[in-house]
Amino acid sequence: MQKRISNLPFKGTPEQKQKLDEVIKKHKQEKGAILPVLQEAQDIYGYLPAEVQSIIAEGLGVPLEEVYGVSTFYSQFSLTPKGKYNVSICLGTACYVKGAAAVLDRVSAVLGIQPEECTPDGKFSLTACRCVGACGLAPVLTVNGDVYGRMTPEEVDQVLAKYE
Amino acid sequence: MENMVNIKINGMPLSVPSNYTILEAAREAGIDIPTLCYLKGINEIGACRMCVVEVKGARSFVASCVYPVNEGMEVLTNTPAIQKSRKMTLEMLLSVHNRDCLACKRNGSCELQTLCNELGVEQTNRFDGVKPDVSRDESSMHLIRDNSKCILCRRCVGACADQHVGVLGPNCRGFDTHIACAFEKPLSEVPCVSCGQCIVSCPTGALTERDQCGEVMAAINDPEKFVVVQTAPAIRATLGECFGLPVGTNVKGKMVAALRRLGFDKVFDTDFGADLTIMEEANELLDRVKNGGPLPLITSCSPGWVKFCEYYYPELLPNVSSCKSPQQMTGAIIKTYYAEKNNIDPKKIVVVSVMPCTAKKFEAKRDDQDAAGAGIPDTDIAITTRELARLIKMANINFDRLPNEEFDPALGITTGAAVIFGTTGGVMEAALRTAADALEGRSLDSIEYKEVRGTEGIKEAVYHVGGMDVKVAAVSGLNNANEILNKVKNGEGGYHFIEIMCCPGGCVNGGGQPIQPASVRSFTDLKADRAKALYEEDKNLPLRKSHESPIIKTLYEEYLEKPGSHKAHEILHTTYVAREKY
Repeated sequence: MQKRISNLPFKGTPEQKQKLDEVIKKHKQEKGAILPVLQEAQDIYGYLPAEVQSIIAEGLGVPLEEVYGVSTFYSQFSLTPKGKYNVSICLGTACYVKGAAAVLDRVSAVLGIQPEECTPDGKFSLTACRCVGACGLAPVLTVNGDVYGRMTPEEVDQVLAKYE
Repeated sequence: MENMVNIKINGMPLSVPSNYTILEAAREAGIDIPTLCYLKGINEIGACRMCVVEVKGARSFVASCVYPVNEGMEVLTNTPAIQKSRKMTLEMLLSVHNRDCLACKRNGSCELQTLCNELGVEQTNRFDGVKPDVSRDESSMHLIRDNSKCILCRRCVGACADQHVGVLGPNCRGFDTHIACAFEKPLSEVPCVSCGQCIVSCPTGALTERDQCGEVMAAINDPEKFVVVQTAPAIRATLGECFGLPVGTNVKGKMVAALRRLGFDKVFDTDFGADLTIMEEANELLDRVKNGGPLPLITSCSPGWVKFCEYYYPELLPNVSSCKSPQQMTGAIIKTYYAEKNNIDPKKIVVVSVMPCTAKKFEAKRDDQDAAGAGIPDTDIAITTRELARLIKMANINFDRLPNEEFDPALGITTGAAVIFGTTGGVMEAALRTAADALEGRSLDSIEYKEVRGTEGIKEAVYHVGGMDVKVAAVSGLNNANEILNKVKNGEGGYHFIEIMCCPGGCVNGGGQPIQPASVRSFTDLKADRAKALYEEDKNLPLRKSHESPIIKTLYEEYLEKPGSHKAHEILHTTYVAREKY
């Protein structure tokens, strides 16, 4: 699946920028610096929007496309922000055959966002993940640390309502 | 003495330098190994598996383009197993390829098509299946990117990185991998300099110039229009390649004849504009040296380089000569002086330029390039060498059998100085010929500045003229330009005058030039062979200095007064803008 790119406004703070500058300085001389810098940048901002990647490209003196290429190659990188509550639906084999796709569709419809997107109010983000190691509870939905097993589309509204 | 190793290829004993790859060793022994992603010096990544060979004792097939030779190695290049592997590689590439070959610009010059033919692929849909989502990018003025024909070889990525631009790269992963720009932006919104080196590197039709043949024919067929064509110095040295002639054949006479048969009202030589550029630029240099203007002065003929400067070194824009390029100067004079003299309404004139360059398409549309008045561009349509060849073929002109004809005299006198504009070091040499005469106050006989000739990326020299030492550099390829500009930025080098050409080797190797397959590019130096044709012409011309051209003399006498005059500035000079990268 191609990575989704955030269309929400960037809200970086001067403190975050300062931290990122330090990270860039720390790795600048290393060969293959893009990867560690992206990892630490994601820790700072929670995701890797164009604004952050441009700072990295300028700071490391590499083309923005090279940074973007790396950020879209590895699944650990997200180009969209995470919401206050990150709803994650497992699409691993067990969950999938037990009907996770219908659960995902329902969450998507209720929140009005696609996987890898975040609601404009920053409250919810949606992720389609692979096995979370709870196959016995398939299909599994998690919200931040909370695990909900044997989910059905009908139960989705009720679960999400807890996080209003 | 290089270290040599003994190897066997297909049973044939060979002694080759130890730093060779298997591919290089095989080529030297006259054994062809097919390649696809490999492009010498640009892309050597062993990714496509087309060049696989068997090496005795090796666990699996190896990619000969990157695999080094070693003592006692035994290589087989054409076993049934290898043939099968290569063929299957092609069949898999075809499974996701847009096979609309008949309407493809590269039909007949596509390396994928050639390989399918040579390796006996009989079925183009052996592995038909899901095709990836692909995009077509028509956002920029100079090229069309059609990913349905992309084979992910990354030759364009290498070419773009080699130009220190790097706006093209692989995005995403696995089946989703595609070549595109950062954040999937269209090419027009990233700092692409329009050089077209990606196009001449592309083995298929995924990257092609924006074709303007239709616009040219429409203008020619419009009875209201007076259509004038001008050809850059480098076209005569390369156009022949499109008609099967050897690299480095000068086809000036046939080219002029073909243009006349296409129906252009006048056939002029951009060399005129080159001579004019020299007059203005040499004057600018002398003025800056005398009056402490920003030095070094850097040439402005190459629109890819100018755009690079605007994006990547905006602080050095005051160093770039304010002279328009020869294309724009020629167009500007056609629509002012020539139009007035011949009583033609400049609005009715269509100036078509034939350029070795895709960035010229961008340049023609720049602001502040309309000497005859707002909305009257100096150059209307800029086409590449390849488009001219296409026009000639479409018009059923038998190029081989054309007679040699001369440019129309009004703006068609060629000097040697202008001819060598087409290759790296040529603008510098032409400028020095004129500046040295001006500084010495006499006509010098020694006019060959050999230190700035040749295909090296950076050439430096110090010349003693007019009682002073002038330090010059001639640079081609933007990676080299970047190196020099860093020095200039840090106040190092002590240069007075720098020539920068965007493409490695200069215009003879421009992004609008005939596309030679990797098999040719890897083993012949196109830059040197094509440049030779220009130096040869220079040597044999009666006029070899720009200021000796009678048209140039008349033009200043009748119209422009003197180089650097107010009128010259209005018509022949321009301005630049700092551009945001992101």
